[in-house]
Amino acid sequence: MSLVSEGADFRGPMAAGPDVGFDEPSLATVGDYIALLKPRVMSLVVFTALTGLAVAPGSLHPLTAFTALLCIAVGAGASGALNMWYDADIDAVMTRTSRRPVPMGRVKPGEALAFGLTLSGFAVATLGLLVNWLAGALLAFTIFFYVVVYTVWLKRATPQNIVIGGAAGAFPPMIGWAAVTGSLSLEPILLFLIIFFWTPPHFWALALYRAEDYARAGIPMLPVVSGDTTTRRQILLYTLVLVPLGIAPWALGYTGLFYGLTAMVTGAIMLVLGWQVLRESRPAETACRRLFAFSILYLFLLFAVLLVERGWGGLIARLAA
Amino acid sequence: MGRADRPVGGVSIGVAMEPERKDEQGVVLTEAQKRARRSRSIAIALALGALVLLFYAMTLVKGPGVLVRPL
Repeated sequence: MSLVSEGADFRGPMAAGPDVGFDEPSLATVGDYIALLKPRVMSLVVFTALTGLAVAPGSLHPLTAFTALLCIAVGAGASGALNMWYDADIDAVMTRTSRRPVPMGRVKPGEALAFGLTLSGFAVATLGLLVNWLAGALLAFTIFFYVVVYTVWLKRATPQNIVIGGAAGAFPPMIGWAAVTGSLSLEPILLFLIIFFWTPPHFWALALYRAEDYARAGIPMLPVVSGDTTTRRQILLYTLVLVPLGIAPWALGYTGLFYGLTAMVTGAIMLVLGWQVLRESRPAETACRRLFAFSILYLFLLFAVLLVERGWGGLIARLAA
Repeated sequence: MGRADRPVGGVSIGVAMEPERKDEQGVVLTEAQKRARRSRSIAIALALGALVLLFYAMTLVKGPGVLVRPL
């Protein structure tokens, strides 16, 4: 049975009419604009992009590397601002997001839109001009994918929203790699696939214990549309794909034993937690919370070990060059 | 202000002119709005200054080949 609210099919900023909120002078502070950039998401994006940049072969001047990371960070922040502009209506009814600047009325929708578009333009142009145009084009595509494909199109339309939309969060290591090499290869695609297959178990674990929140907002997340059991089964299936992908960089000889051991141990924990989620039945949510929390640590550990083992030496050498 | 001095239909048009005078003054910001605008203006100035410095430094780093980039 669907839990999605009736009449929640179409909303977004257009539903509020043509007013974009420029008629009253704004009280928005710099802090409100920083909140629009989703700083926590931005930090994860910068971290994964840094890993892609550090493990890539070749040399890059430290200032060019800094510029690339800055542009990726600003581009990610711009996507967040555009997401908050479009999703202000559903953010307002969800507990987790109701205190964001747009639903709170501190930043007007038009301001968030202008801010996001301006930063997107500057980030893409600067990355293209100062680093290379492949990296710039990938950043532009990432922003487009997150804002148009995920936020505007998929999020309110299908329970596969975070599966396909998850690609947007998986691009940063590829952009980091492209910033150094000006090309792409199997290794950055592997990093992309790890984040891509990590996203569904991570977000569905959250969605399982926030299903009512998503249902109230009319978002067709998998637990809302297909129910508890199907979601738990899907979480385990995606984890079964994710764990070998996590080990793949070692198996293909891109990394050392330390990464391989880390991927195997943390992957085994992910599988155990995924199995516990499957065995747990509604309304129990302890296993879901555990999986959600550990999945963050899992991704962080994989990329941190990769950064230390493969990238750190190269990064130090580049900084010294 | 000739129009305001002429009575129209027994009512001084000076009363009707009030909104018009406000329009002439433009939008009057409150103190809180002025503070918010000032902080935003400073942030924009700093960001643009940082961007100029970044382009300047990157031009020095890249030297004559600043416009030579892969694809």
